[in-house]
Amino acid sequence: MSAELDALYQEIILDHYKNPHHKGLRGDPSADGTVEVHHVNPTCGDEVTLRVHLEEADGVLRVQDVSYDAVGCSISQASTSVMTDLVIGKPVEEAMGVHEVFLTLMQGKGSVEPDEEVLEDGIAFAGVAKFPARVKCALLGWMAWKDATSQSMTTTAQGGDDD
Amino acid sequence: MEGLLPDLEVVRKDFPILGRTTADGLPLVYLDSANTSQKPQVVIDAMVDHLERHNANVARAMHLLGAEATEAFEGGRDKVAAFIGAPERDEVIFTKNASEALNLVAQTLGLEGAHRVGPGDVVVTTEMEHHSNIVPWQMLTQRTGAELRWFTFDEAGQLDLSQVDELITERTKVVTFTWVSNMLGTVNPVAELTRRAHEVGAIVVVDASQAAPQLPIDLAAMPVEERPDVVVFTGHKVVGPTGIGVLWGRRSLLEELPPFLGGGEMIETVTMERSTYAGLPHKFEAGTPPIVEAVGLGAAVDYLAGLGMEAVHAHEQAITAYALEGLGTVPGLRVLGPLDATQRGGAISFELAGVHPHDVAQVLDVRGIAVRAGHHCARPAHAKFGVQSSTRMSSYVYTTPGEIDALVEALHYTRDYFKVG
Repeated sequence: MSAELDALYQEIILDHYKNPHHKGLRGDPSADGTVEVHHVNPTCGDEVTLRVHLEEADGVLRVQDVSYDAVGCSISQASTSVMTDLVIGKPVEEAMGVHEVFLTLMQGKGSVEPDEEVLEDGIAFAGVAKFPARVKCALLGWMAWKDATSQSMTTTAQGGDDD
Repeated sequence: MEGLLPDLEVVRKDFPILGRTTADGLPLVYLDSANTSQKPQVVIDAMVDHLERHNANVARAMHLLGAEATEAFEGGRDKVAAFIGAPERDEVIFTKNASEALNLVAQTLGLEGAHRVGPGDVVVTTEMEHHSNIVPWQMLTQRTGAELRWFTFDEAGQLDLSQVDELITERTKVVTFTWVSNMLGTVNPVAELTRRAHEVGAIVVVDASQAAPQLPIDLAAMPVEERPDVVVFTGHKVVGPTGIGVLWGRRSLLEELPPFLGGGEMIETVTMERSTYAGLPHKFEAGTPPIVEAVGLGAAVDYLAGLGMEAVHAHEQAITAYALEGLGTVPGLRVLGPLDATQRGGAISFELAGVHPHDVAQVLDVRGIAVRAGHHCARPAHAKFGVQSSTRMSSYVYTTPGEIDALVEALHYTRDYFKVG
């Protein structure tokens, strides 16, 4: 009984839950090209407000910062924290790749072997994939990040056209 | 324990699902009845028998099965009418669920009739409603230019009735509220609010989704000035099937309202230019109705009537009092709503300091205990308490004190598991 719970609530998850990384909103979404999104899980009410700041240097678009304010369960909070660790500083293309790998893991119903090279602390969520009701929790922050990043890229692209 | 249903073990045997176990072989502790109730064998059998032996469309098939199906369907209506003491059986309209019933009223009130809601009019609801008794009224007032106002509630989960004079005025066309709150458990003063609303000529719409399962309701016995004009509830919370809801409405009001949906069954004659409409109840039942569901619902309310709604209510109160006492032993647990079991319904929402409701529900689920975690479709009410969600246990006729003990023990375990306190 406890083993089943322990498969879900890995120590890594509980650590991130109690001490979330990169939490708090930074940047000004109206001023400096930071994009802010607000995502909710309508079935349970979990919410995240998330900001993404992308910056281009040497022709490579990078995730300069991801900041957030969120309320929700241990899984959604820890997952968002782990996500920021994984994408901040990475080229957008590579970060999108990590997102894909995490998504595949979550949608695999427990049959996907997690790749620690890519997902680092994210492998702790492998157990969540066996709890269908919790997959949405684990994806809340990731989906918000992808949405904000895509919006930011569109804005950047449009800005480029205007010049 | 006083107040429990005398044949509780027999009652439990009526519900086959209670005999199953979890994947780990644990007994099922179902404490989510405010979400949906379990079904007794008699309801399941009535529906199966109907499908096996009497299935046909109703009110139009001129053959043996058609006649039997019509009789069974209309028999369901008679049973529901008796269950709520409807002054007339034709005032009972079958809908898809309680939400559709509320939408039916809110939509048609914006169209025509002496109570038509228009610009400058006021619709009053409350802050403790289920979303289904907020959103349809937002849609109505936004469409018609009317104003939506609401009663707030206090820390103890009671409506602030000092707002009555301010909210219920000559401008007020509709007053709507829940009889029993699905989140707080609060039982609202139906007679008093209805009398005040009627004094200004407003109509009263009551959401009885949580009341119908646990309180004896006798509409005909209510003084007319204290009797709501519309009462709605859903079938699946009164041990009936999903897919069927009930709208009871005062005949004179229902006759004044235009049809909601157009289609078969709700007409008298149709030409290509125009149609005339059927009388009550068929005017509001366009298309093939939920036939087998009506049969199941009829069996369900008969089952509850057999237990006796006074006895059901006493059982709920006994279990609720026992649960409130048990929950009180869990450190860091705060009940959101009234603490006096005699003044409330059987749904108890609570928060557990340091553990999110999802995580509470997950730990309980692993131990075979089913509760609900989330906002219970009552986000505004949660916001009032400064929380975004809660855990809710809700009992019913089959709930035992032993199941409450299992819940309380599991909540202590949950705190240990998440190392709080």
